[in-house]
Amino acid sequence: MSIVNEIIANYNYWITIFLMLSGLYIVVAKSNMIKTLLGLAVFQTSVYLLYLSPGKILGGTPPILEKGIEVYSNPLPHVLILTAIVVGVATLALGLALVVRINEAYGTIEEDEITAIVDREDHAE
Amino acid sequence: MRLDTILRVCAKLFIPFIFVFGLYVQLHGDYGPGGGFQAGVIIAAGVFLYAIIYGLSAAQRAVPKGLVEFMVPMGVLIFAGTGIYSFVVDTNYLDYNNLAHGDAVEGQHWGIFLVEIGVLVTVASTMIAIFYAFAGRGRQ
Amino acid sequence: METVINMEALINMVLLTLLALITLGIIRVRNLFAVVVLTGAYSFLMASVMIVLDAVDVAMTEASVGAGISTVLALSALYLTKTEEAPPRYTAALPLFVVIGTGAVLIYGTYGLPHFGMADTPMNTGVGADYLARNYQETGVPNVVTSVLASYRGFDTLGETTVIFTAGIGVLLLLKRFRQEG
Repeated sequence: MSIVNEIIANYNYWITIFLMLSGLYIVVAKSNMIKTLLGLAVFQTSVYLLYLSPGKILGGTPPILEKGIEVYSNPLPHVLILTAIVVGVATLALGLALVVRINEAYGTIEEDEITAIVDREDHAE
Repeated sequence: MRLDTILRVCAKLFIPFIFVFGLYVQLHGDYGPGGGFQAGVIIAAGVFLYAIIYGLSAAQRAVPKGLVEFMVPMGVLIFAGTGIYSFVVDTNYLDYNNLAHGDAVEGQHWGIFLVEIGVLVTVASTMIAIFYAFAGRGRQ
Repeated sequence: METVINMEALINMVLLTLLALITLGIIRVRNLFAVVVLTGAYSFLMASVMIVLDAVDVAMTEASVGAGISTVLALSALYLTKTEEAPPRYTAALPLFVVIGTGAVLIYGTYGLPHFGMADTPMNTGVGADYLARNYQETGVPNVVTSVLASYRGFDTLGETTVIFTAGIGVLLLLKRFRQEG
């Protein structure tokens, strides 16, 4: 198999992995909480791509039945991801609400600054 | 934002079409792309637009807070209630074959319609409730 | 074997490359407003990719949720907090090491996955094909995604709806002021 075919066959997976790792990097390396949540969102969308890519059939159409069409892409990943997106935004909102409350309590949304404040309070007691 | 005439006029023009599109997506979900999740989000986005352009208090006069918070559990109840009704008319939980008393395809249509209404109500009202909570918080 | 570049696959690859570039922007930019706007652009591109992958229902959801609702919510959270990320205090060496290690393992794993766009993979010949074959006789609904969502996998959707409900209650408990009306 030629190298071009090899790239086409795996390109979706590679980009999926790239997005997944970018999300992981943001979550691990950044200390700003809103940025971390957005990184988690990127991580989540990479999972959508991981589900949808293998369900695509080249030459197929969306799974809405119509006379005269034989090949449809796989509908099952669509169902799973459709609900996951809306649940994802609801949980993102919950995370943002927590960040707002943390900002009201500590006056900052940087993780390391909050750790420093909590340490100082512990020593003061 | 309050004195921005172009935004206010454009929003007034757009908002009814956003709601109609939301209803179309909901009711046409059997035949084209769409369904309760998408329609709920589109209708919530219409309310967001109204609240952003005309202010939160105007939006809360149009779509009261209490109504929204009442609708959040209502949607889940409609969904679960459809399941219980299908359980009562002698089949399994969330099995719609006997909903129309005999005709399985007709029963499936009814079941899917009711369940999608439940999803629409939950999604739209939850999104609006979350937005009201964020917007009503105010800076400290 | 002859090299044939399929048009669908080509469009898909171009969109995915743009997606990766936007992600680099999301990592590097420190102004959080800019990051939120980039996330909106990311969601629209993701929706386009989903249309190419034949997931029209999902694309519609991603365009309205990812680019619409979550952008508005992130902006309102930014209004209540801060809009600038502090400069990094530690070197990024350890996170980069972890990420590259994970990536190497995952890329090795892709060589065991079925190739893009094939019809005869286990995933596409299993339960998905079964739904496509049975759907019209059993439900009479042409959109297979709707009927699987609401009928065949009704329990799944009921669970997801409950999760949305719970998350909404959580946000209300955290943010709503119960004493004074505001």
